[in-house]
Amino acid sequence: MQKYSFRYFKEKIAESILLLSSLFTSIAVIFIIIFLFKEGYGLFNEKPIEKGYNLSIHPSNKLNNLTAKQIKLIFDRNVTNWKDLGGDDRKINLLTIEKMTDIYTKKELGEGFEYLSLKINEYVIKDSGVVAFFAEQFLDANFKGKKVLIDDNKIKDFITDKEWYPTASPAAQFGTLSLIMGTLWVSLGAILFALPFGLSAAIFLAEVSNPKLRNILKPLIELLAGIPSVVYGFFGLVVIVPFIQQLFNLPVGETALAGSLVLGIMALPTIITISEDALRTTPQSLKEASLALGATRWQTILKVTIPYSISGITAAVMLGMGRAIGETMAVLMVTGNAAVIPTSFLQPIRTIPATIAAELGEAPAGGIHFKALFALGIILFLITLIINLTVEFIKISKKSPRL
Amino acid sequence: MRIMNTKNSSKLLILLMVLTSIGCGSKKQQESLKIKGSDTCLPLTQKAAENYMKKNKEASIMVTGGGSGVGLAALLDGTTDVAMASRKMKMDEILQLKKTGNSEYKEITIANDAIAVIVNPSNKISKLTREQIEDIYTGKIDNWKDLGGDDIKIIAYSRESSSGTYEFFKEHVLNKKNFGPSMLLMPATGAIVQSVSQTEGAIGYVGVAYIENSIKALLISYDNGQSYIEPTIENAKSKLYPISRPLYYYYLTKSESLVKPFVDYLLSEEGQKIVVSEGYVPVK
Repeated sequence: MQKYSFRYFKEKIAESILLLSSLFTSIAVIFIIIFLFKEGYGLFNEKPIEKGYNLSIHPSNKLNNLTAKQIKLIFDRNVTNWKDLGGDDRKINLLTIEKMTDIYTKKELGEGFEYLSLKINEYVIKDSGVVAFFAEQFLDANFKGKKVLIDDNKIKDFITDKEWYPTASPAAQFGTLSLIMGTLWVSLGAILFALPFGLSAAIFLAEVSNPKLRNILKPLIELLAGIPSVVYGFFGLVVIVPFIQQLFNLPVGETALAGSLVLGIMALPTIITISEDALRTTPQSLKEASLALGATRWQTILKVTIPYSISGITAAVMLGMGRAIGETMAVLMVTGNAAVIPTSFLQPIRTIPATIAAELGEAPAGGIHFKALFALGIILFLITLIINLTVEFIKISKKSPRL
Repeated sequence: MRIMNTKNSSKLLILLMVLTSIGCGSKKQQESLKIKGSDTCLPLTQKAAENYMKKNKEASIMVTGGGSGVGLAALLDGTTDVAMASRKMKMDEILQLKKTGNSEYKEITIANDAIAVIVNPSNKISKLTREQIEDIYTGKIDNWKDLGGDDIKIIAYSRESSSGTYEFFKEHVLNKKNFGPSMLLMPATGAIVQSVSQTEGAIGYVGVAYIENSIKALLISYDNGQSYIEPTIENAKSKLYPISRPLYYYYLTKSESLVKPFVDYLLSEEGQKIVVSEGYVPVK
């Protein structure tokens, strides 16, 4: 009796450890999601201009607010007259702190630049076409210029704009459409490549191959999953990229196709292992019944084994796709990372994970760029969520015709 | 399926436990000097720290990379003593530092980094003016024939937008204009060298330390083509070569006593020799 209660106690402990670890995982996941949304959503409460800076124009200028896009046009000197932006016919004159030291002598600005704010004020009033960008610490107490109003970043612009210039000064451009399209594009390519390959390999391993060959092939394929993704990336850059460049006679080999191929190879072990396991769960009795009815092995595979294990195969594809969409390093190295909307597989693209991986390290923590990268993380999270839900939906609707 | 979930979660638990134990472990070494930040400064600082620790047995220096932004963020929340940066501290970061109450900081230039513009060795072009490079990188010119070369499309490689090198190039070569949208952004300097060496119409920019036989460094003119300067360490040291940037150390004045000996070592003759041997341009 005592022995029994001790065992009972032990089992209870084991049970609670299992419960704790699953609770811990759920809490960690929820915590990360909350963190992601909190940081990311902060972007939409801020302006696209760096904190502590001031963008001002001459008081007589008709314009009151400028968009981030217009500011970029002005500072890239692609627009040089205010009338192009709906203002008066005046030439635009850019004023930055560095320019001040060219215009005024050191003596005029003072030893420790103590007259700098005074001189900025003087210059801004003098020139009717001026647009001045300077730190707020140089804002004179009776500054006469008109501070330009800039709208907060909007969710709609974030999703529908094409230009991704997160470090552009004075106003950053956070348009993610080309990044979203790039991510979907390269993942689609990866699945188109990996699905037929992976499924064929899984069917071969589960149904056709003899056990000896299978015992060699399966560990070999599973080994693929253990290789670090940077190695895949470098392999892609040195082997696949030049190969694609020569094959299609392209000016540049870093393309969406290269990314898709590398991702496809990376997703293969996941797809093969899981769908093979699913195929092997088909009860022997079902297969024997099919064969007994006179069906060939092929017919049995197509009509019995695959339909029976379809939910496992869908899960395999989903997990493979998940790996492809979230993969960073490999894609970062082979896709060229040019933020343009893809129109073919033979051009450079930029994905969301690559963007986050490449930029997060250098973005000032807590700044708008930092927040924009977390907002990108939200988009990636939502894409994956949608895929998962779709797969769940497919699984449910596929259940009824199942044997 | 349920069994698999618990299996995975216990794996995660173990991983987290390992991570936290690593975190606790590093806290114990409080005497050591922590340096963090720009990957450009990383090899140089590592080498200098190694030599310094060989000379001073009791000293302990931990050097980690991650990027200029990471280093400066760590300086702000006090997890590092020195932040390495390949760019100046931004206004945003200075304001955040002010909020912490310890706003007194020092900025030390430890070395200079000269940036070379490189092309594929098969390219006929061997020199460009700053204005021509600006037109290439803003997307105004997209074929080498417009610059007197063969009829090949220009493929412009750049570093990632968050890299200090990118900012520097934009400011000093592109006259502060933004890069064109079709630039290929590469995550590392090594990747640019690799891509330029295997792409016929490529152009890229890297530190002079990375110049090798598989790529060709261009002569650069900053005076509308009157004189072209070769990107060498000597030319950068004599300020003849125009595309050169300072590399910084940032630290809080209150930790001066901890930081100063190492910084002094790096700025000494011996330290600056390491700077040269790592392919950077010495300050003095």
